[in-house]
Amino acid sequence: MSEQQTFFSNLKCRECGRLYPKEAIHICEFDFGPLEAAYDYDLIARHLNREVIASRPETMWRYRELLPIDGEPTVGRQVGFTPLVRADRLAAELGVEELYIKNDTVNYPTLSFKDRVVSVALSRARELGFTVVACASTGNLANSVAANAAAAGLKSYVLIPADLERSKVVGSLIYGTQVIGIHGAYDQVNRLCSEIAGKYGWGFVNVNLRPYYAEGSKSMGFEIAEQLGWKLPKHTIIPMASGSLLTKIHKAYKEFIRIGILEEQSFSVHGAQASGCSPITTAQKKATDMVKPVPNPKTIVKSLAIGTPADGYYALRSMQETHGSAEDCSDEEVIAGIRLLAEYAGVFSETAGGVTVACAKKLIEAGKIPRNESIVLCITGHGLKTQEAIAGHCGEARLINPSLREFEALIADDAHALAR
Amino acid sequence: MSVQVRIPSPLRKLTQDQEVVAAEGGTIAEVLSHLDATFPGLIERICDEQGNVRRFVNIFVNDEDIRFLEEKATLVQPDDEISIVPAIAGG
Repeated sequence: MSEQQTFFSNLKCRECGRLYPKEAIHICEFDFGPLEAAYDYDLIARHLNREVIASRPETMWRYRELLPIDGEPTVGRQVGFTPLVRADRLAAELGVEELYIKNDTVNYPTLSFKDRVVSVALSRARELGFTVVACASTGNLANSVAANAAAAGLKSYVLIPADLERSKVVGSLIYGTQVIGIHGAYDQVNRLCSEIAGKYGWGFVNVNLRPYYAEGSKSMGFEIAEQLGWKLPKHTIIPMASGSLLTKIHKAYKEFIRIGILEEQSFSVHGAQASGCSPITTAQKKATDMVKPVPNPKTIVKSLAIGTPADGYYALRSMQETHGSAEDCSDEEVIAGIRLLAEYAGVFSETAGGVTVACAKKLIEAGKIPRNESIVLCITGHGLKTQEAIAGHCGEARLINPSLREFEALIADDAHALAR
Repeated sequence: MSVQVRIPSPLRKLTQDQEVVAAEGGTIAEVLSHLDATFPGLIERICDEQGNVRRFVNIFVNDEDIRFLEEKATLVQPDDEISIVPAIAGG
């Protein structure tokens, strides 16, 4: 393990570059800038190449040298390597030539991309000796912390806004975690957690373990590049809550280029938010790097309802650096996006995926994404988790008695339609 | 006029490990200057060279982020609880 430790050398402040030891700390003591894992890329380049990666099991851990733990992963070893699906029918509907879905609705074990970050965070939590882990969450993260902690034998607390979708609450409770619903918006939950994390000796995956946690998202970018045949899509459309996923996919693409796994090539990352909580998109459209917090998010897209996105500034920089754009969409457009993805690609996404599809559509129609360039849509969570959002928007089952006559009467209109 | 200020753990080395400290002032700017006089070096951690509250620092008066109020000119009352909280993310 000693050599692996040298792949990942320190934590480093993104603002001032001060170096810190690899402990359960997340912000620079001097200027409060976020700490990020720092790697020895030259050393990694000598160990990691396409053949090495391709020889390993199909999980996110095939990129292990670029993930910030010391030893082998002990939590979530099966996570990742979700399908990248070419979606020709959806492409035709959107009027583009080459479209793919990165389908994290089937990520293991809790059906969202959060299993990636939790796998890293809890593996690192164990290395650091934590026995209690926790998180502030809009739902998906809570589900993943609860499940992965249960499998690993760690005690867990998940703190969530009290008004989350029922499936997301049950999807945490079932694992025997301690679910604490807070009367307030996500940002208030987050603020409370930052105070709790300073007081209790818990491993908060998105507070004091955040430098490790956040890096897990890179695996989505590595997989996209590998699954596309070791190249990058020209356009990647990514939902933004804190903005972290977008910055980490950007980082993953750059790291593959940095260590020589990919040739230098141009690409753009684009961000998607719901209009009811779109602080990053708003700043991008105004061409400012000052992200104005949204005090009272109002959208059905609860998983993206972070009014104070801590990585907003860096997400803006990533989009600027790659000539990407940001877009936002109404709740109605979210529902239409969910339906479009289901009806034309066979993928049932939660509300955040509806945002990705709806914003992609708008960016294509606005000419910001050329129709003849390759596009990947990041679909980050399963639709069964947010069924409330689409209730009444996709029809109801038609009920009949077990009678052939009733069935034939029922489909008479359908048959007529088919005949035409 | 004295107010209570909650100090986040990364800054407690400067406040002799005190989690809550008392400070004087009628605005956030005055409170911060007073804090810096009592605990030298504190303000440079909270504000940048131009005197603006740093990008990754949030200051709350009761439950309100001062970015929604008057920023450093936000008025404070004796019973107000002021919290300095580093920005975090998740979800």
